[in-house]
Amino acid sequence: MGQKITIEPVTRVEGHGKVTIHLDNDGNVEQTRLHIVEFRGFERFVQGRPYWEMPVVVQRLCGICPVSHHLAAAKAVDVIVGAGTGNGLTPTGEKMRRLMHYGQIFQSHALHFFHLASPDLLFGIDAPPAKRNIINVALEHRDLAIQGVMMRKYGQEVIKATAGKKIHGTGAIPGGINKHLTEDEREYLLNGDEYMDIDKMISWSQEAVEFFKDYHKNNREVIDGFAEFPSSHLSLVRKDGALDLYHGVLRAVDSEGHKILHDVDYQDYDNYIEEEVRNWSYMKFPYLKEFGKNKGWYSVGPLARMNTADFIDTPLAQKEFEIFKNYNGGKPSNKSMHFHWARLIEILHSAEKIKELLSDKDLIEGELVIRGNKTFEGVGLIEAPRGTLFHHYKVDDNDMITMANLIVSTTNNNQPMNEAVNKVATKVMAGQREITEAMMNAVEVAIRAYDPCLSCATHALGQMPLEFEVFDFNNNCIDRKFKG
Amino acid sequence: MSHNSKILIIGYGNPGRQDDGVGVLLVDDLHEWAERSKLDFIYTDSNYQLNLEDAATISDFNLVVFADASKEDIRDFSMTRLKPSPVADFTMHSVSPAFILHICEQIFHRSPEAYLLHIKGYEWEFMSEPTAKARENLKKALEFIKDYIMKYSESAAE
Repeated sequence: MGQKITIEPVTRVEGHGKVTIHLDNDGNVEQTRLHIVEFRGFERFVQGRPYWEMPVVVQRLCGICPVSHHLAAAKAVDVIVGAGTGNGLTPTGEKMRRLMHYGQIFQSHALHFFHLASPDLLFGIDAPPAKRNIINVALEHRDLAIQGVMMRKYGQEVIKATAGKKIHGTGAIPGGINKHLTEDEREYLLNGDEYMDIDKMISWSQEAVEFFKDYHKNNREVIDGFAEFPSSHLSLVRKDGALDLYHGVLRAVDSEGHKILHDVDYQDYDNYIEEEVRNWSYMKFPYLKEFGKNKGWYSVGPLARMNTADFIDTPLAQKEFEIFKNYNGGKPSNKSMHFHWARLIEILHSAEKIKELLSDKDLIEGELVIRGNKTFEGVGLIEAPRGTLFHHYKVDDNDMITMANLIVSTTNNNQPMNEAVNKVATKVMAGQREITEAMMNAVEVAIRAYDPCLSCATHALGQMPLEFEVFDFNNNCIDRKFKG
Repeated sequence: MSHNSKILIIGYGNPGRQDDGVGVLLVDDLHEWAERSKLDFIYTDSNYQLNLEDAATISDFNLVVFADASKEDIRDFSMTRLKPSPVADFTMHSVSPAFILHICEQIFHRSPEAYLLHIKGYEWEFMSEPTAKARENLKKALEFIKDYIMKYSESAAE
């Protein structure tokens, strides 16, 4: 019998999780697991409620990415009211939703990069927690900290203007949207006060990409050598292969870039994707049916999207996309820390898209809603900040939900996060009997690259201190540490 | 009534998770009261949780009160003065009021007088309606904070 190390739960990640690392008699890593220990009950909760409530009700799940749930549910409900499968809305309906979505991506990615990832990069993964945090970014790189705060604020203002309010936004409704953008709102977002300026947001986004590339140039080993492992990648892409965060067809590529899911209609997702339940985690493990449980897992999120898309339809982000692709030899990147690079390209893309949309008169005028013949089942997919988000509902004759299935981004990344933990643990924890700060940091950084929202994945409420446990080969706990 | 001092009340929590939303409900009621009473120096805001951009928001105010539901061992509600704290005890996507205050000082070089108004909650399920006990606590907290704001504004005007 080997040793077991438990890390429970993980700091700076929503929800509740723990990592256990099993060591063999020689102290080598035998097995690692990222456990999710909260109860999952949201799908059951919505059964028996009217379908039109879904876009608002699903925001009860989690306050981290309510806009993504709001829009994915709205897209599913669009199908039920006969408004088509994601591309049948009026121009105003679709563009207002897109603006909301790009605002969400922009603020979410900005938070992750400037305030969670940048301390790791600026001060080093091995730096003590007292140093490796946003406070020290503010002290030593004040301009960078201000940019991060104001980019978050800008994205939140976009959401407020399109969703109507910050809590339980009601912007997206079955078959469309409930409001236009006013001229004042448009002017404010285009060219408001000192910081409410879309050109400034684009410029700061470009600076952020440059910051990362400079860091990368001088720290190849940290960025390229940390938690690299072969993975398949899945996301929506536009029908012509462009990156599209709001709508498209489902595509997956393997670690070498070969297409393994060929641009299929996501209404049929359950023909291609299945979820496995394992007895040690409440978070399911999705996989592509064709390739089975062991080989069919895939990653989602910014890096997966860079790996599946053929191009980006905004010029500045496209230029960065080409640099990214060239660096990786035209093949998918399987390097976990490249998530940060991909996230920054998407920040830039979102800022460009926001500017493009704000210049579109369809936001100011035009029909808001479209309806058709009712159907009894709808699937809504969206590329949320953390990856592909699935909402699937069935309704009865009385318009009540009879079945709900949600596959959230973090659930899609369940196996890749386990793989990343395994990769890092194997490297830094082999032969250790005591938990060190460096060990905890490395595992934490690997998980954090995925920007997981475990609260969302498990539909739980709560925060995450960090706990480590080490078990010897007789399953005795020989060391235990908390963090956070 | 107008005033030199700008006061901000920020409620946070998820009103879709039963008592978790009492801070937000307090702000809704307070906003209505301030509008009705034409108290234009009182501003309100609410969100699911606090985040770093709130440091920019509070930098414009003299007095800030954060209103939140609490699981802690308090009777019905409590209000405590906040001190800036550099302790980054935040999870992935939310931060504490004391941390917000610290970020505000570090980045924007402003230090508003700040308090945390904790309202005792009991249940946290997927429901919109708070429990009766939490509603009662909310009512008491609302009366308290109205009174506090009026006294603060009177003393600031002197």
